[in-house]
Amino acid sequence: METNIYRNPTRSSWAEDYSFLNKDKNKQESLELKESFLKVQGLNLHIHNAHILKNVNLEIPAKKITCIIGPSGCGKSTLLKTFNRLIDDTDGIKYKGSILVDGLDIFDKNTEITGIRKKMGLLSQRPCPLPMSIYDNIAFGCKMHGERNRKKLSQIVEVQLKAVGLWEEVKNRLHAPASKLSIGQQQRLCLARGLAVEPEFILADEATSALDPISSKHIEELFVELKQEYAIILVTHTLRQALRIADHVVFMYLGEVIEAGPADEIFNNPKQELTRKYLEGAFS
Amino acid sequence: MKLRFIEEKIAKVLMIGSSIAVLAFVLNIIYTIFRRGIPALNWDMISKIPAGGYYNGGGGGILNAIVGSLYIVLGSTILGLLISIPVVFYLNVYLSKSSRLAYVARLAFDILFGIPSIVYGAFAFTIMIFLGMHTSLGGGILVITLLIIPIFIRSMDEVAQQLPKDLLDATYALGATKLETIKVVLRQIAPGIATATLLSVGRAIGDAAGVMFTAGFTDSIPTSLGQPAATLPLSVFFQLSSPNADVQDRAYSAALILIFIVLVISILGRLITSYFSKHKI
Repeated sequence: METNIYRNPTRSSWAEDYSFLNKDKNKQESLELKESFLKVQGLNLHIHNAHILKNVNLEIPAKKITCIIGPSGCGKSTLLKTFNRLIDDTDGIKYKGSILVDGLDIFDKNTEITGIRKKMGLLSQRPCPLPMSIYDNIAFGCKMHGERNRKKLSQIVEVQLKAVGLWEEVKNRLHAPASKLSIGQQQRLCLARGLAVEPEFILADEATSALDPISSKHIEELFVELKQEYAIILVTHTLRQALRIADHVVFMYLGEVIEAGPADEIFNNPKQELTRKYLEGAFS
Repeated sequence: MKLRFIEEKIAKVLMIGSSIAVLAFVLNIIYTIFRRGIPALNWDMISKIPAGGYYNGGGGGILNAIVGSLYIVLGSTILGLLISIPVVFYLNVYLSKSSRLAYVARLAFDILFGIPSIVYGAFAFTIMIFLGMHTSLGGGILVITLLIIPIFIRSMDEVAQQLPKDLLDATYALGATKLETIKVVLRQIAPGIATATLLSVGRAIGDAAGVMFTAGFTDSIPTSLGQPAATLPLSVFFQLSSPNADVQDRAYSAALILIFIVLVISILGRLITSYFSKHKI
């Protein structure tokens, strides 16, 4: 209720005069308004003559873990790569439809593609650290987006490494090559690198499939923690993983979204026959 | 004994035999150069330019050729890198894997790779005549640059083609433009660039035919790009052509100096390579 007062034009001067008192509250409000949202409308994607994604309509909720499940080759990863338009580099690609991120169509000619990508942290199947030191891996993105202050950069590096629980392990060798880390550590470093450019979404393409069980559990726990601030979209092959952490599930089959909804509903009470069969393990 | 184990043994013997044959050739060359070159080698050889009648047994040294060769190698390597690095990035980052232009370009560089240096020399010579240039250091740098560009591009391209797609994706996903992505790619292929440079320097410093028409030969050290320059391979050639055995021995010591320079550059190159490989993933 209180927030409405500030938006009331008749009270605007009052709100301005006392705005310093409500600095935190204003900040809170702007955060809520900026809540990220992703909406796919009538997306069709062809690569050469193959129809890869067929009329996909989808909404990805904010601050939730959305798991995209489905058998191999059903277009899960392609859909994920379409969200940040990494798919653009593929030969013979054509798409129709729209994907709205914060109300902006990412296919619009005026949309800056680097801006879209900055909003979407990517975590690939195999961790791929940049060929630099641990420190530079995280600082690189920030420097690229204009942060030059060394003190601030060091702060960002520390904060993000702490956010992924890597700080204690690497704080004494920040300038060692990132390639020297274990594969599980590398994946967490990649996550921190993505977080450092302040994304709104985290796109994870089977992000735990190359990791050992302990590292994989670590990443899953991080996702659960991070969903308080980010929308996490996870493509996964492991149904058990989806069961463990998904809030929202999208089931795809042969390029179509068969069913999407809250995890409880899909797992306990699927509406489509195909979804039920997939969950029962009739095919994979 | 089973046939497959006999095959294994024969294959192994063949491999060892080939390795020994190659090594024997190299050692034989080095031995010959040392045997004839060392006695003729003295401080004058590397500190003085040829005095009058040098090629008939007179005093002096080959400083002119050492300096000329180093100038040409340095100039052409820098020029070659400046031209070929953008080409490699354009082929590998901007053009797609199935691009026709990339295919044609790679084919062209493969052909250029195999063209003998005398052809480059003749080609550059016609350009020089057209431009009104005389045989000069500038002309030598020009022709050697042309000669090593295909080597640069093809050897760097081999490395760049192995770039993991994930690395490009990871960089794009941070919101990088293609140019910013190149900064990352550069670090990944740095060892490849160092190797390519080594190959090119070896070819550049050892080439005689290309520089014969273009750089010319002189007994003095060039002080500008417009003056002719001597080179070590040509110096070896002229001294070997002498009927005088003492002068022929000097040719071997000139070859020794040439090999020494290549050795120093190779060791430096390897050190630099290992430094740059530190961060490679």
